Amino acid sequence: MPTAWKRLSALLTLVLTMVLLSGCSDPLMVLDPKGPIAAQQRDLILISSLLCAVILVPVLIMTFVIAWRYRDKPGNKSKYTPKWEHSTKLEAIWWGIPIVIIGILAVITVQYTHATEPSKPLESEKETMVIQVTSLDWKWLFQYPEQDIATVNYLQFPADVPIRFELTSDAPMNSFWIPQLGGQMYTMSGMAMKLHLLADEPGSFFGSGANFTGRDFGKMNFEAKATTQEEFDAWVKQIKSDSPPLTLDGYEKLAEPGVTQEQSFSSFPEGLFNKTVNKYASSHHHGEKESSAQEPEGADKKAEETDSGAGGHDSHDENHAGH
Amino acid sequence: MFESIKEFASEFFVTGDPLIYGADVGIALTMIAIVFVLTYFKRWGWLWREWLTSVDHKKIGIMYIIASLLMLFRGGVDALLMRTQLVMPDVEFLNPEHYNQIFTTHGVIMILFMAMPLMFGLFNIVIPLQIGARDVAYPFLNSLSFWLFFWGAMLFNVSFVIGGSPDAGWLAYPPLSELSHSPGVGQDFYIWGIQISGIGSLMTGINFIVTILKMRAPGMKLMQMPMFTWSTLSSCITIIFAFPILTVTLALLFLDRYLGAHFFTLDGGGNPMMYINLIWMWGHPEVYIVVLPAFGIFSEIVATFSRKKLFGYKSMVFALMSISFFSFFTWAHHFFTMGSGANVNAFFAITTMIIAIPTGVKVFNWLFTMFRGRISFKSPMLWTMGFIPCFVIGGMTGVLLSVAPADFQFHNSYFLIAHFHQVLIGGVAFGYFAGLYYWWPKMFGFKLNEKLGKWAFWLWNIGFYVCFMPQYFLGLDGMTRRVSTYGWDMGWGPLNMVSTIGGFLMGIGFLFQVWQIAHSIKFMERDTTGDPWNGRTLEWSIPSPAPVYNFATLPQVTAQDEWWEEKQRREQGHKPAPQPPLEPIHMPRNSGIPFIKSLCWFIAGFGFVFDWLWMAIPGLAGVAICMLVRSFTYNTDYYIPVDEVKRTEAALRGSV
Repeated sequence: MPTAWKRLSALLTLVLTMVLLSGCSDPLMVLDPKGPIAAQQRDLILISSLLCAVILVPVLIMTFVIAWRYRDKPGNKSKYTPKWEHSTKLEAIWWGIPIVIIGILAVITVQYTHATEPSKPLESEKETMVIQVTSLDWKWLFQYPEQDIATVNYLQFPADVPIRFELTSDAPMNSFWIPQLGGQMYTMSGMAMKLHLLADEPGSFFGSGANFTGRDFGKMNFEAKATTQEEFDAWVKQIKSDSPPLTLDGYEKLAEPGVTQEQSFSSFPEGLFNKTVNKYASSHHHGEKESSAQEPEGADKKAEETDSGAGGHDSHDENHAGH
Repeated sequence: MFESIKEFASEFFVTGDPLIYGADVGIALTMIAIVFVLTYFKRWGWLWREWLTSVDHKKIGIMYIIASLLMLFRGGVDALLMRTQLVMPDVEFLNPEHYNQIFTTHGVIMILFMAMPLMFGLFNIVIPLQIGARDVAYPFLNSLSFWLFFWGAMLFNVSFVIGGSPDAGWLAYPPLSELSHSPGVGQDFYIWGIQISGIGSLMTGINFIVTILKMRAPGMKLMQMPMFTWSTLSSCITIIFAFPILTVTLALLFLDRYLGAHFFTLDGGGNPMMYINLIWMWGHPEVYIVVLPAFGIFSEIVATFSRKKLFGYKSMVFALMSISFFSFFTWAHHFFTMGSGANVNAFFAITTMIIAIPTGVKVFNWLFTMFRGRISFKSPMLWTMGFIPCFVIGGMTGVLLSVAPADFQFHNSYFLIAHFHQVLIGGVAFGYFAGLYYWWPKMFGFKLNEKLGKWAFWLWNIGFYVCFMPQYFLGLDGMTRRVSTYGWDMGWGPLNMVSTIGGFLMGIGFLFQVWQIAHSIKFMERDTTGDPWNGRTLEWSIPSPAPVYNFATLPQVTAQDEWWEEKQRREQGHKPAPQPPLEPIHMPRNSGIPFIKSLCWFIAGFGFVFDWLWMAIPGLAGVAICMLVRSFTYNTDYYIPVDEVKRTEAALRGSV
């Protein structure tokens, strides 16, 4: 493939990106990352677009040139070879080039897949903070086990601190997505998924439920706010002082289908998240072995041991302590 | 008594929405009009004898196409209603329940009741003609397949006005589709509508595999088959592996709902993930099932309208077959974000990307078929030209989606919506339109008006880009699929507005096609040659429309593009090979059983939907009786005498 094509496609992609970033009043969320995971995903999107453009642009140009050059009009002097139907050299080229490009893309994909694996803890000097996320019909419940507070449809955390989101659902499967921080992760009943994210700087980000869960799923948006550590601590303190506690009854009411405003709670029933995860465990006949309570630290080690996302089944056993 | 009837009626019929009352009135008026016209023109007998009981593959094909175009209309109206809601997210033009029902039915109808039957219609019309056969391998089964599709589709469609539509999405993930979250009858309509028509699809797959392998004209080797026949074969092979999965999955879901089983519920030891894996093991091959025949159509059209032999025949065959093979190794890319781990995700990312290679090769081969050819831009070729850029861009965004870590950002967003509409409209819809324009003269004996066709083409194409390009950006801006409302402060309003305008442009394009058909029926240009495009394959060697027995004498095939070669030989002054004397032609007899049996399935399905065993049991009994009657029917065939063949041929050829 001549370098001219590559230059052209690189230029086109660049122009396109610039248009995207400058044309709209606000840049598109996914292309405007505010955290390392989202930044890697943005890079990967641009690299793979570029690789695709290496084929796309020449094909589009060829299509128009060939259609124009060989159109059926009187006096068209271009060559006409009605019986020409095979050329090993040409076919080798267009089997070869896509194979090479897909090969490169495959290598990059494998690397990035491991690099951005959501269950893998992020490297940082600061200690990982845990936020437990439960998708309900049709609202999000966020529990902060270390701070012992809970919020609904509103998320706040310190910037620059790696967060381990532990995700489950007490309703149909949903998907937890804060585009500017990183890609989404399904929340599923009976499992606890892990998603490690980090915000580089303070800011307010849009978050939503991405997977259809029935009537008011479209209203399952939330604000994810990254602040300084001080602001975060102050916020926790305030919730501690002026919000009511979340009781088990209160949770049951909250879990009923319906839409709600932002809420905050100064405490929540101990082990509520694990209880939610294990709600149906009694009817499972596998993984019944009991193990000691492994709150954040233990679960963290577990996650480091396996970089596969089988975290769901791991925590399945661990979390039995919740009973 | 009156009160209880009223109460029943208010549950039975969907009430409370002016749109639905409008539809009620529309349906009632249409039914009255149909009954009136048939009675007034004394056409009931004709309808029964000539169409409803017909086992002629050409007539079955035409019925498939009519039904699928009606479904295209309904699915299209659904789409426009959704797009209208999305320009005014603050107004409840459609309330969320109604919106959910509409996108669910839109998806099901477009894939299963529009794309599939349109594809089967083209199989039916073209395949026997293209391979020089007099019918499909199992004509009775073929008719049964059609009527099962038809009554299955009807069962699904009545849910709109009776009982309520399904609203759990077109793939009906549990637990949303379980009794706990969808207690109404909508989901049962979904299960039975798809199940009944799905059996028909599976049988069509079997029928065409056998037809292609066993019924080819003498001399036609596999590697001389026309490309559309090859694509049909690969699509049908995929069908027979994929559709049983769908049948079983829906049967299990039915057991969950009906008998309280726990295959897919978390309580009782089931697992919704099992459903999601199963449904995509069918669902992803399904999109290749519908797009493969379109590749065949383009191959035929590109060669014909470039007046050049198809470039890279062997590559094309290999590409088709490898796509249908790899299609079964991609299903998990629909849930990369489910935490299956880096290695699993990487595996499915790569198997998904691999499909881009044979697909890309096909595009190059089409381009090089045009290269050094003489391209005339008649309607079928125009749609092919519209397809290439659209499908290439859609394919590329597909590759982007297959990059697992990037998919974490694309998944469930409008980016995904834009991608699959681009390949399904650009690939499948444009492909089948091209096929319809191409084979229309063969079906009906007249061409469609080119000028109106060009209008339709440009409206569809421009409308397409206006509608779906903004959706890529909406996806990158965090808009998720299936939302019926969003805040104005999200800044998604303007792009949604543009997208909706594009949707309506496509709608106008469709109206132009309706106008084009009506206009062409009135002022038809009769095709007296049987070969209006200067075609290459056997279907163009017989008169249009084809006589009931297709070929008076079965052709002897010696080469790929047999009819083209024959024309070349004649041009060079070679005399056509002497024809063997005519013989009586063996034909299958019409039968009312497929229609009645499928109607019984409809009745049984309707009974199951409403849990009315008094209705379901007689329905199933009817099915059994039909099978019994058929197995004791000995008078299933007849011979067309030589005299009649001679007369028909003279009448058809006489006008040449």
